[in-house]
Amino acid sequence: MTTITFGKAINEGLRRALAEDDKVVLMGEDIGTLGGVFRITDGLQAEFGEHRVVDTPLSEAGIMGTAVGLAYRGFRPVVEIQFDGFVYPSFDQIVTQVAKLHYRSRGTVRMPIVVRIPFGGGIGAAEHHSESPEAYFTHTAGLRVVACSNPADAYVMIRQAIASDDPVIFLEPKRRYHVKGEVDLDANLADARPMGVATTVAAGDDVTLVTYGALVQTAKDAATAAAEEGVSIEVIDLRSLAPVDYATIESSVRRTGRLVVAHEAGEQGGVGAEIAAAITERCFEYLEAAPVRVTGHDIPYPPAKLEQHHLPDLDRILDGVDRALGRPNSLSDVTEVDA
Amino acid sequence: MTPSDREATGLLTRPDDLVRLLDATGGRHANAEFDPWVADVDRDALIDLHRDMVVVRRLDSEATALQRQGELGLWPPLAGQEAAQIGSARALHDDDFVFSSYREHAVAWLRGVRPDELLSVWRGSAASGWNPFEKRMAIPQIIIGAQSLHAVGWAMGARWEDSDAASIAYFGDGATSEGDVNEALVFASTFDAPVVFFCQNNGWAISEPVGLQSKQPLARRADGFGMPGIRVDGNDVLAVLAVTRWALDRARRGEGPAFIEAVTYRMGPHTTADDPKRYRTDDELAAWRERDPITRLHALIAASGADIDAVDADAKAAADRAAAELRAGLTAIPDPEPMSVFDHVYAEPNSHLERQRERYARYLAMFDEEGER
Repeated sequence: MTTITFGKAINEGLRRALAEDDKVVLMGEDIGTLGGVFRITDGLQAEFGEHRVVDTPLSEAGIMGTAVGLAYRGFRPVVEIQFDGFVYPSFDQIVTQVAKLHYRSRGTVRMPIVVRIPFGGGIGAAEHHSESPEAYFTHTAGLRVVACSNPADAYVMIRQAIASDDPVIFLEPKRRYHVKGEVDLDANLADARPMGVATTVAAGDDVTLVTYGALVQTAKDAATAAAEEGVSIEVIDLRSLAPVDYATIESSVRRTGRLVVAHEAGEQGGVGAEIAAAITERCFEYLEAAPVRVTGHDIPYPPAKLEQHHLPDLDRILDGVDRALGRPNSLSDVTEVDA
Repeated sequence: MTPSDREATGLLTRPDDLVRLLDATGGRHANAEFDPWVADVDRDALIDLHRDMVVVRRLDSEATALQRQGELGLWPPLAGQEAAQIGSARALHDDDFVFSSYREHAVAWLRGVRPDELLSVWRGSAASGWNPFEKRMAIPQIIIGAQSLHAVGWAMGARWEDSDAASIAYFGDGATSEGDVNEALVFASTFDAPVVFFCQNNGWAISEPVGLQSKQPLARRADGFGMPGIRVDGNDVLAVLAVTRWALDRARRGEGPAFIEAVTYRMGPHTTADDPKRYRTDDELAAWRERDPITRLHALIAASGADIDAVDADAKAAADRAAAELRAGLTAIPDPEPMSVFDHVYAEPNSHLERQRERYARYLAMFDEEGER
């Protein structure tokens, strides 16, 4: 075991993927000499060369479209989108080409493309640098969408994403890049938990709290705080947003009878909405209360000095837990008819 | 490409000129720069090119007829663009790779795409018709210009792998306004990708004239991207063959991409769902009929002393065979199985879709063969 940062874990995962398969190429803006604005690709161009770690012109559509052409040739492109809010120029290529070519070509053309997106807020950034665009991608058939939450997972999941023959939107919680954790750099993918399987990161009996990315740590902290009040929260790190590992959530909710889903992205049409609906369909008779969503507001990402009023934090998550448990909470005197 | 290379090609300095080796009446024009690229094209080769064009025109008219008869949902006719497509596709090597739009039926035919493979997508029976790796041609692209980036990415990979293959991106005049095409030109240029941008300027993007896309000849745009741009008479199969060979050759030699604007005309509608009478005049159509790509090559062959009746009979026989194969191919297209709607969304097992598939199978199982519950 080695203790390294979240960012370094991805760097090591990329390094290993580059070393193991010469069809793996990294593409992005400033990822070469600079090593990326977050230094995730630091040192990789020097080690593998400028045809393996490719600084591209400033065109996200261009990166994504040429990645498609490279995939047509058998490459496994790993695209870095510099910030979440910059992915939109490439949205057309992702939705009409990357996601659909395997289907459109009747299985003859594979698109093993990984789109790495540093996502989410909490770093006091300028506009378009703190977004959570995952629902656009979970809504798109043909894509897999995953979010890692800790260095050990990041190291394994980036390699799993690169090894996948399906395109993967790989969400990296940028505010956790500097968090350190233990990583087994000798970990074999064959022994690793598949990236489509969720992880129960805290066991509990009273309520199931599902989240992903940066909020996993917040949720764990919330569980610790709640335990002091005698409330037992089971925290599930979703990891895969598409497809969702419902087996893990269902088995938890059947025990707890209560579900809270938390994410930074807005509420409407979000991942939480999908999970709340699916669990209601699948576990209705086990539910003791309506599922609760704790999310960012349905607003454009606010200025840095307001982001604390947008992002769910420990207290807002615990307020959601209280709603699920019927304990006093911010909406105690609001009936759903009023709401 | 160095400035002196650019000087040597002389192309950037005269993009308004059309490269033309064969005029509308079949007259052969000497061209010191491009004649060498078709020096091997003897009378038999001209006859082959003529036969190709006659065949694809027939295939196209048959497909249009099949749409009118309700056998195809839609067909985008290529009529008028035979020389642009045959001339350019005849310049390709087998290991080159084609990224086309949806109108390049003649290119597909030359790449060995069978009639049933060509028609299945337009019949609505399959998402696409052929294996791209067998034909060395990607499946057709409906999103305007998107394939140009794919051609560049493929070519970047070819260069990194020291392959001497090149790719060719087919797109139209309308696509030149798309971001994707412009971004493709940037990437191709900065990475010296062995790719040829083959723009068929057929005058119209559905109802929009080319003047709405550009205030100047499209080929002139190439200069801004640092690559040679060349305008060719797109109805002159010999000139198209010459310039495409030239462009592919320099791409293969590591001299980077080139942009070809083949000036041609879409004689028919945008698709069978279109009515061009609403936006263009009979006079315009008549003027372009005078510049028919097949007629002028036919005139050249006749003037060469060939037995033109035999040439015509041979071409007609080939076209008849192809038309019969097309109709036979149509009936060979199977109707898709209902549950195949779920096939190939993912390359790997997907728990979410497997659940949907299983549930829809249960739903279908409620019905008997007569469709009764």
